Amino acid sequence: MEYEFHWNIVFQNMPELLNGAFVTLHVSVLAMLLGIVIAILLAIVKMNNSKPFCYVATTWVEIARNTPALFQIYMAYFGLGALGIHLSPYVAVLSALVFINAGYLTETFRGGFQSIPSTQYSASKSLGMTSLQLYRYIILPQMLRRIYHPMTNQFVWSILMSSLGILVGMSELSGTTQRLQSSSFRTLEFFMVAAVMYFIITKLVLLGSSLISRKLFKGEIG
Amino acid sequence: MNFITPLSWDDTGFILTGIMNTVTISVVAIVLGTLLGLIVGFMRAESSRVVNALFGGLLDILRSVPLIIQLVLFSTFIGAMGHPLNPFVAGSIILSLYTMAFMSEVFRSGFESVHQSMMTSARSLGMTYWQTIFYIRLPIGLRAVFPSWLGVALSVIKDSALVSVIGYMELLRTSEQLISRTQQPLMILIGVGIFYFIISYPLSSYGRYVERKMTT
Amino acid sequence: MISIQNVHKSFGDLEVLKGVSLDVNDGEVVSIIGGSGSGKSTLLYCINAIENIQKGKIIVDGVDVHSKETNKDKMRQKLGMVFQQWNSFPHMTVLENAALAPRIVKKMSKAESIEIAKKELVHVGLGDKFDVYPTKMSGGQQQRLAIARALAMKPDCMLFDEVTSALDPELVGEVLDTLRLLADEGMTMICVTHEMGFARDVSDRVAYFHEGVIAEIGEAKQVITDPQNPLTQKFLSKVR
Repeated sequence: MEYEFHWNIVFQNMPELLNGAFVTLHVSVLAMLLGIVIAILLAIVKMNNSKPFCYVATTWVEIARNTPALFQIYMAYFGLGALGIHLSPYVAVLSALVFINAGYLTETFRGGFQSIPSTQYSASKSLGMTSLQLYRYIILPQMLRRIYHPMTNQFVWSILMSSLGILVGMSELSGTTQRLQSSSFRTLEFFMVAAVMYFIITKLVLLGSSLISRKLFKGEIG
Repeated sequence: MNFITPLSWDDTGFILTGIMNTVTISVVAIVLGTLLGLIVGFMRAESSRVVNALFGGLLDILRSVPLIIQLVLFSTFIGAMGHPLNPFVAGSIILSLYTMAFMSEVFRSGFESVHQSMMTSARSLGMTYWQTIFYIRLPIGLRAVFPSWLGVALSVIKDSALVSVIGYMELLRTSEQLISRTQQPLMILIGVGIFYFIISYPLSSYGRYVERKMTT
Repeated sequence: MISIQNVHKSFGDLEVLKGVSLDVNDGEVVSIIGGSGSGKSTLLYCINAIENIQKGKIIVDGVDVHSKETNKDKMRQKLGMVFQQWNSFPHMTVLENAALAPRIVKKMSKAESIEIAKKELVHVGLGDKFDVYPTKMSGGQQQRLAIARALAMKPDCMLFDEVTSALDPELVGEVLDTLRLLADEGMTMICVTHEMGFARDVSDRVAYFHEGVIAEIGEAKQVITDPQNPLTQKFLSKVR
């Protein structure tokens, strides 16, 4: 084994790496929040079947789900660039992630909503509940339980996929790692640390998610 | 702005190489990932907690680090150790392991979904343990997870685009090069997008159809 | 034919069978009745070596079921068991369900196993359902399939564990009729059941299980209509 590990340079640049991790986190959080909002709208449109909006929604969802994430990032960065719309790497990656999240989450929300048996509706109505009460106390809480796990997975996915920012020069964790290693030639050390950082971030997110779910759902559905 | 320029013969050949490479590495990763995932998923479904936890930990790592980082890390690592591999081999290894991580979850849940009582009935008929696995648990479990398996397979096809970072000339990378040559980003990108879409959409629709049929 | 000698069985700290002894002769039909948790189903599982025992012996046709030298898979071929949940193999047709075990366990040829399967399916009244998938049939039909599947292995004795308990009331009759038919044909049967009418009319003997032991055993009609043990009387009065 010929390779000599030099960790010092990596640790010297920790602040920058942490900054990159921070960018990763906030682009992912934003991508989730915006994605959720749009997905709610798209889901409602799809379930109400109101043409022509339904076609738009379906097209959005199917393009988001059937093309690679990297392709969508390139479309946002290079594709729009060709049309004269020059997005910064950050905005391009964010837009692509929002687009994809909206696509996947629409189906998640739709599935969660439609999986609630119709007997829940009849039972509540026969107890005299108004539609608002029905949705607030019966439907939405049950929906939340069904979509919680997929949503967590989508968030983790966003975090991992943000690493594609490296290819369009974005300064999230991977991009920062790339920049630092190319000037110091310590590729292996830097990327190993980056891998560990992603692992820790992912684990923390999953931990946080399960803690929140325990608080919210008080251990009903595993 | 020229929207559509006809591609030269060379360029078309170039794109076709990209398509071939994408298909090749996807197929390799799907096949290896499925085989390995079957074995690991089966072992996790039938084993003790200790074995389960060990595998679980390893698979966890594969699913918690971005694919791009895994690819770069692996290729740098083997280069530093003095045994560099060509991009196809290195990419296949990582992509297959990545696929295996997800496939093993799919298969594990499939196996676990076969009720123990079905196995008990089979054993009461005199079948040996392995006969019950082969004739009952495997067929029923695998049928149940077909839609999920298809979902992972389609993801792999899309994720294959990432192997370009270690130098593998798959479709998206070749299209990139074409763009810099012809300065037609939109046309080429859209063409590439259509290609992925044509592969993915019919298959995922079929998967949803099967899923619907299975739940009625 | 089956000799159960002072069997004790525990699940962890909980002792479920506390010294059960019972001899079942060739061609005899014995019904086991009792409250839930009294250990009746567990006894059947021990006869079939699905569960092991801590003390005592179970001898089937001269072979000690739980001894280390016994090949349990081979032994199970002699005992047919039908459960409360019919557990049809959903990925095979009715005919394939019944023909599978003879083919892969007894290593019969495909043609032979199909012939045997067909015979038993007709026997239980499923002669018109060979190519149907079990999920398309009623519970009663699937339960009869389970019986035919077990019969196809030509067992010496059949064990029935509450085979009608999971059925809708109108389907219970067809399954009980099948059991009656087998009894008339001279099959040795041990039936754990809640159907008192069946126990009284079809069995030779009835055993009442209470908290892990046989509290009373005797001639079927006598035990059901005129129980001697106050425990039995109490149970039967609740069930009537």
